[in-house]
Amino acid sequence: MSAAATTSGRPGSAGPARNWTQRLRRGDEAAYLITFACAATVLAATALIAFELYRGSAASRHKFGWSFLITQEWDPVSGQFGAQPFIYGTVVTSALALLIAIPLGVGAAIFLAELAPPRISAALTFLIELLAAVPSVIFGLLGIFILVPALREIEPALRSTFGWMPFFRGPFYGVSLFAAGVVLAVMIIPFIISVSREIILQVPADQREGGFALGATHWETTWNVVIPFARKGILASIFLALARALGETMAVTMVIGNDPKIAASLFAPGYSIAAVIANEFTEATGTLYPAALIELGLVLFALTIAINALARMLVLSTVKRGTT
Amino acid sequence: MVWAAAIALASAATPQNITAGGATFPFPMYSKWFDEYHKRIPSIEINYQSQGSGFGIQQVTAGLIDFGASDGPMTDEEVSLFRAKRGFGILHFPALLGANVPAYNLPGATHPLNFTPEALAGIFLGKITMWNDPAITSVNPGTSFPNRTIIVVHRADGSGTTYIWTDYLSTISKEWESRVGRNKSVKWPIGLGGKGNEGVAGQIKQIKYSLGYVELTYALQTKMTYGRVRNSTGEFIAADLKSVSAAAAAASAQMPDDFRVSIVNAPGKGSYPISSFTWLLVPEKIADAGKKRIITELLRWVLTEGQNSAAALSYARLPQAMISKELKLIGKIQ
Repeated sequence: MSAAATTSGRPGSAGPARNWTQRLRRGDEAAYLITFACAATVLAATALIAFELYRGSAASRHKFGWSFLITQEWDPVSGQFGAQPFIYGTVVTSALALLIAIPLGVGAAIFLAELAPPRISAALTFLIELLAAVPSVIFGLLGIFILVPALREIEPALRSTFGWMPFFRGPFYGVSLFAAGVVLAVMIIPFIISVSREIILQVPADQREGGFALGATHWETTWNVVIPFARKGILASIFLALARALGETMAVTMVIGNDPKIAASLFAPGYSIAAVIANEFTEATGTLYPAALIELGLVLFALTIAINALARMLVLSTVKRGTT
Repeated sequence: MVWAAAIALASAATPQNITAGGATFPFPMYSKWFDEYHKRIPSIEINYQSQGSGFGIQQVTAGLIDFGASDGPMTDEEVSLFRAKRGFGILHFPALLGANVPAYNLPGATHPLNFTPEALAGIFLGKITMWNDPAITSVNPGTSFPNRTIIVVHRADGSGTTYIWTDYLSTISKEWESRVGRNKSVKWPIGLGGKGNEGVAGQIKQIKYSLGYVELTYALQTKMTYGRVRNSTGEFIAADLKSVSAAAAAASAQMPDDFRVSIVNAPGKGSYPISSFTWLLVPEKIADAGKKRIITELLRWVLTEGQNSAAALSYARLPQAMISKELKLIGKIQ
């Protein structure tokens, strides 16, 4: 693609004689303005959220400053608030969910897009999209009534297999960071599969043919040609999944144990930012307490941006080495 | 008589919408009351949003709803904030009674367990950790207790239920009062958090050797096993609608004029110690004459006829002594 071809292809820029009204009549300018307004709404909404969170958390920010981020205390009675256990719970459960969901989700997407017979692929894809549309409270209830009791059953096996690691020590009640991570994984897998599958299907056929022409097997072509080509889109699906995991509220609060403490063990109960906001905000009175909860919202907002930025940098660094 | 007047007035008037909001615990009762009231006087519609006591206090203070509802009385700070914003006071009307019960999952226990206040405080402070602790076994002869850890379950969401529970523990234990205190959310020394009564109940049902607190209404409706608690006269009392009403009757003797009072650990025989009012919060001045008339009539109805339907929904009714005091307070609405 040459630059010249693109420029001459754009109507309205061919000659200097065209004035604004003419261009408006041709629709380009109107389309530009309308779509710009649409895009600007997104920016404005994001900016407004950030501004409101910043403004609403003033009382808490002034009182605690940066120490809010590293304080473990959360005591509504004496008015001591710190975000650390909630940040920890949010990051750990999301990381655990990704650890489970990425291999499963990407693996399933490869199967559905490249290897499965079309009829099976279509049926499974339909089921996966159905799964993605299930409300999170349903996942939470399944978590409480099926996953948590099941975890309690398999806990001795888990402990004897992984017990040498500090992540699997201490008493186990079922509700735990581990349970929350597993529920989150189940919730985000459909996103990863659905988007990744679409992306893999978009890989041009000549890429695959090139692979075959070089004598590669089906799997070698998939792994060495198709997946690197689709890498950016697959990563995008993972970010989407991560965003959902970080912000998930209902399903998490139902299985995490809601205890604002930091424990090395994944078997221990924990708490997440979104869960504590949902649990405590309606009953928070006074000025400092709601402000502290709003500041937690601000922290989650910043955390999401930071993690996304980090992920994007990761993408850029891999793009240089791989294909675009 | 009043009825006839109200009906005559309302049928002549244009439809009136009253907005209210607050506590979730009495919501089933309120929703039934307001629905019945609407059926009696179809032109009056009361829209109650059960978004929590904190919501009720905030919204009524801001003047966004006509009256609020809360499971805990407004604090002095909240009352003076209301006065500062609105220029007049807020009235507390106890509307119903609630209670908390210690619910547990102890395999092998056949009789309802007895709990002393000291045992409950010790368990929730994390000082009594085993089921076979003498503080528990000594008041439960005939029950054999396993040498197992007590798994404590509490509410994770801010709630009036937690307020009542921590209010009780603060009343009977100096250590609890200084270390934890009373609030709708507290810093729990120990335990797992469940969301809502159903979250706590779900964990108690699933986890053996667990103990937590749930609302009496919820425990009755879902047939949970719960223990008896020793009251201030030394009897072990099981919570039921009668023992909860008895606590309110015993406490109403020394009731302050504004009804902002805790009735936990109430004196008197037969009083269940972990009982509480749930309040309607009505501004002292209602500028709109039509609304004022509707709200005062509604209050009068809730306190008299309305109380009769409370038992059907497992809420304890107010004792007569309280009702006559409250009916007098209605006259203060200007």
